[in-house]
Amino acid sequence: MSTVTTASKSPVYARVPTEPPPRFRDLCRMEWIKVASLRSTWFVLIAAALATVFINLNGVHSDLQYLDKDLAHPTGITPDGHVWHFVYDPLRRSLSEIAVQLMMLGGAAIGALTMFGEFSTGQIRTTFAAVPHRGSVVTAKVTVLCALTTVLAFVVAMISFLGGQAMVASRHVGLSITDHDAQIAIAAYTLVVPICALVGMLFGALIRNATASIVAVVAFLFLVPAFFGGDKYYWVVQLRHLFPGNAESNLTFWPHDPYDSNGKWPASHMHSWAVLAGWAVVSIATALIVVRKRDA
Amino acid sequence: MVPVIELTELTKRYGDKTAVDHLTVTVRSGTVTGFLGPNGSGKSTTLRMILGLNAPSSGAVTVDGRPFAARPRGLRHVGALLDAQDIHGGRSAIAHLKSLAVSNRIPLRRVGEVLEEVGLAETGHKRIGGYSLGMKQRLGIAAALLGDPPVLLFDEPLNGLDPEGVRWVREMFQRLAKEGRTVFVSSHLMTEMEHTAERLVVIGRGRLIADETLVEFARRGSQATVLVRAPEAAALGALLTAEGAAVEPAGDGGLNVLGLPAARIGELAWRNNIMLAELATQNASLEKAFMELTADAVEYVAGDN
Repeated sequence: MSTVTTASKSPVYARVPTEPPPRFRDLCRMEWIKVASLRSTWFVLIAAALATVFINLNGVHSDLQYLDKDLAHPTGITPDGHVWHFVYDPLRRSLSEIAVQLMMLGGAAIGALTMFGEFSTGQIRTTFAAVPHRGSVVTAKVTVLCALTTVLAFVVAMISFLGGQAMVASRHVGLSITDHDAQIAIAAYTLVVPICALVGMLFGALIRNATASIVAVVAFLFLVPAFFGGDKYYWVVQLRHLFPGNAESNLTFWPHDPYDSNGKWPASHMHSWAVLAGWAVVSIATALIVVRKRDA
Repeated sequence: MVPVIELTELTKRYGDKTAVDHLTVTVRSGTVTGFLGPNGSGKSTTLRMILGLNAPSSGAVTVDGRPFAARPRGLRHVGALLDAQDIHGGRSAIAHLKSLAVSNRIPLRRVGEVLEEVGLAETGHKRIGGYSLGMKQRLGIAAALLGDPPVLLFDEPLNGLDPEGVRWVREMFQRLAKEGRTVFVSSHLMTEMEHTAERLVVIGRGRLIADETLVEFARRGSQATVLVRAPEAAALGALLTAEGAAVEPAGDGGLNVLGLPAARIGELAWRNNIMLAELATQNASLEKAFMELTADAVEYVAGDN
């Protein structure tokens, strides 16, 4: 019982902590350290980026052998008698849809990871005990996630675009970076990745479990849109336009090939940008609400 | 001693189950306060509510006069180790502590200092996933100390520690309390608290059972029994029963006597010419007091249903 006597004899005072004012950028640094210190982050992002660049460059490269033949004989007649003039679509291969889906998948996985990585391990309790202001933590996560995925996706889009155009440049069918369609396509090819990351974060915050979050976001981004295929019903097409992947492919569509169509009832560019922005807003708002309302 | 953590009618319900039931407790600075209760008695839920991680169904809890969740940053106010497993295994201890330190504008040299203090300086670069439970406990304690806070909360901090680790943690708690800090430590084992805490808050089924010093708690537990041994045990037993004591055999010709002090037993034996081979007061065990009190609480609630 010696401890009782010692404690009651010693002067007991209320300690008042001195604290520098809180800054948002400190939370961004915290989230950056967390993201950057996980091997899985870099593995997913670098694997997705390399695969995307490879698919795009390889796609343009394999075009080359057909390109020279088609350019030599640019006019033909289809079996039903129509005259057909060859036009090379410079965006279809260099910013291909299948490749960006890998980036979307990588972004969504990282986005989901930033949430389920905390909730499924219990790390979130350590985080919130250090930073009780949950809204700021979520906002910092959004900031770091968007910055990371946007930079990476932009680099991937630029390498894919410039590399692809360089390969076809000698055939004079490439696009310049100053081309309006090219700029819109590059912007969409870039921005769809952080949007998917935010959607992934939303699913991670809602579901909190690793496997279930990933399955849900993959199903949402890539499987559910498949249910809205075809051009038979106007409302089905309208619903299809609401998915991020569809908005991206609409914005990267090159409109100068008279023999290619963007489907019946195509969405306007404005509509597609609004869809992407809408998903960002919905994801951030929902993540903020559920993280603040639910017990950690 | 300044009241630091104040729980007022704190209640948490999960569906129709009440995990914490109108708990009103004040935890003061300058002492180690033990927070005891059987498994599932609501200790962890209470600690989580103190930290604002779980929202109370009703009632309130403040730390230093303010709800903890209302503070923008926490590490300089409260250091907490809730569960050593509440950590992402993919990072190194250094990355983990660095991320916490930068969020609260704590100088990064503290990371090295606390790692040194808990004995993890050598393994700080390794991934936490490979740590033993004891190492994770040490890392959790390091994180709690990072902001040099005046209030420290520990949930079952002795789990997984070796005897040397247990001794180290106990000494650290007492040192932190002597520095004027509030140290609130939960456990489901009385024996762990016996040499650690000066005050006890005991709960069972979410309700407060006791909030007092260790000494007071020991006193209110089971009454002291006296062990007495005599060759003529049967005769002595009859004599003591006649005096109003409860007697039961303790084996080897011994008797456990409840309700008479040792001095009175000795006097009775001497007057009746009974030779005593042994006469010893059994100290009321804290563990026993704890078991009895919490068993009552369980019974009480069960009778309610």
